[in-house]
Amino acid sequence: MAVDIVLKVENVSKRFSRGEMHDSLRDFIPSLFARLTGRARASSTARKEFWALQDVSFELNRGEAFGIIGANGAGKSTILKLITGIMQPTTGRIELNGRLSALIEVGAGFHPDLTGRENIYLNGTILGMRRAEIDRKFDAIVEFSGLADFIDTPVKRYSTGMYARLGFSVAAHVDPDILIVDEVLSVGDIVFQNRCLEKMNDIIRSGATVIFVSHNLRAIAELCPRSILLEHGKVSAIGPSQDVLKTYLESSGQEGRRARSKDLIIAAVKVRGSHSEGVAFNSGEKVWVDVEVECAGESEPFSIVLFVNDDRQYEAFHTSTEYLGYSPISMKPGERFACTFEMDLNLAGGTFYFGVLLYRFNVEKIVDRVFPAATIFVNTLSEVRGVVNPRPAITAFGRVADIEPAKEAIKQ
Amino acid sequence: MNNSSKMREALQALVARRDLLYMIAWREIKIRYKQSVMGFMWAILLPAVIVTAGIIVRYGMSALSGKPISGQEIAGITVKGLVWAFFAGSLRFSSTSLIGNPNLVTKIYMPREIFPLATILSQLLDFGVASSLVVVVFAVTRLGASWQLLWVPVLLLITVALATGWALLISAACLFFRDVKYLVEVVITFAIFVTPVFYDVEMFKKWANLLLLNPLAPLIEGLEKCIVYGTAPDLPWVAYSCVVALVSLVGGFYFFKRWEPAFAESI
Repeated sequence: MAVDIVLKVENVSKRFSRGEMHDSLRDFIPSLFARLTGRARASSTARKEFWALQDVSFELNRGEAFGIIGANGAGKSTILKLITGIMQPTTGRIELNGRLSALIEVGAGFHPDLTGRENIYLNGTILGMRRAEIDRKFDAIVEFSGLADFIDTPVKRYSTGMYARLGFSVAAHVDPDILIVDEVLSVGDIVFQNRCLEKMNDIIRSGATVIFVSHNLRAIAELCPRSILLEHGKVSAIGPSQDVLKTYLESSGQEGRRARSKDLIIAAVKVRGSHSEGVAFNSGEKVWVDVEVECAGESEPFSIVLFVNDDRQYEAFHTSTEYLGYSPISMKPGERFACTFEMDLNLAGGTFYFGVLLYRFNVEKIVDRVFPAATIFVNTLSEVRGVVNPRPAITAFGRVADIEPAKEAIKQ
Repeated sequence: MNNSSKMREALQALVARRDLLYMIAWREIKIRYKQSVMGFMWAILLPAVIVTAGIIVRYGMSALSGKPISGQEIAGITVKGLVWAFFAGSLRFSSTSLIGNPNLVTKIYMPREIFPLATILSQLLDFGVASSLVVVVFAVTRLGASWQLLWVPVLLLITVALATGWALLISAACLFFRDVKYLVEVVITFAIFVTPVFYDVEMFKKWANLLLLNPLAPLIEGLEKCIVYGTAPDLPWVAYSCVVALVSLVGGFYFFKRWEPAFAESI
């Protein structure tokens, strides 16, 4: 293995058997007899098996931050368990070069009856630290967690957030060569979440290799230059994160319709730019959203509402035909109605979800709703981070006065 | 890679994580006596119950045969009862050592033999605490010490090796089949009748050798001989136990490591 490659995953496949295995001898002994007498139930066992991963290969260089994305059940957790050694691949090889620490489930080794202090030692050794090392880092761990006042309280009296904070604090101080992070940043309050992200950035900067598994596509795009996309256990894309995220959104964008009424139906929602119809756009680009409504039966007048959520499902904004000065739409059975919204896509980089509602403002009633009607990815910019892109610019930059007089002023 | 180099690697990994072994054993002890009024007294009380039962049985026997019960016999039952309590406790608690920690088995990687080994360590500590009983009994019965006491660490070491080998097998077997847990309970309940705890093998005359086939028997008898009677243990039988213990230990570790890759998905 080359010196600067810290992880090598080669043609790895993993097979699971569905449902219960022989959990008791009562089931096991008959099946053993069946096997011995040659009446192997090949067909029934074959049906019970499935491949969680098939022929997955990738390599990680030292100091690289690497993202793993995919829908639920695509095999993300399985590949992490294989890398950490919790499970063994059915076929293929995994080579690891260095100390690995995994934030798969923070605080997994905690015991509720032990105090915070005792759990730091317990969890620290579970994660691979020596006791002397924990002695050295103890104060830093406590400080980072912000739980100094509760450190001698049994963790069963902790809140969920406190529990997670202590867990993350211990794990973040392991100083691993390879750090695996699986969706743990969704814990704790916003201040602690930011501290976690900062700490992760520190770890990346210190030269550690990071594998980041998340549904937070914006975080992946910001932290990881390179990613892999898993779909039903197979690698469907690997390469620069922007490209991989695009592939992911294209394959998973068209889901989530939920009709409320049979009479009025949102028939189609399409987002297009000046160059293309698609999922990836540049910030500030002009886009058009085409909405088509079909009327099947009797209906009351309604307005069309368009809303856009960010990847944490906070609304970025919403607008409607009503707000834009159009009176409610009346439709007769068999009619089709089209409406196009035009807008400047002043959003910061990340994933955004478009949703459409048919809404009766006078009675505050939702007639039909489609969400997500479309998912788009706004290419990450260097000048803004967050949700919106108000196109900031600097109009003054330079020294205007010495700071000393100001200090004098404070003293008086 | 051949088996022996794999085993060597596994041993090295275990040695590298010795701090974890210590912490898991410490946790087991700490948890066991946390929120209990008696705390560490339980470590003495449980073996004391076995010893008391033994003394009652022995008293009944002596009443039947008309031979009065001697101080030496009481001391002998104390020693044997303590060793039995350690051995039975090790096997009993090893059955839940892996399945009682599903989070650690499925979420984090570590050499999993640490769990049964930690059980053995915590049982050893209990055994150490309970050994104060022996001191009390010896003070009361005014028994002395002899050079034969030098056999004690050797015999105990073999006992621990035997318990460890079986604990490894039981903990792994329980993970795959929960039945094993109940099987172990049943076997432990009956094993006290085929292990010379409440009696001595000599009482059975020509059947004595059959009883000594139980690998724990020569060890328990040997400990009684060298502690209470100041005589050497029956060396050929101790050698037999030693061989069984080594085979159990090596075999237990080998099979444990062989089955380990399937632990996370089978628990």
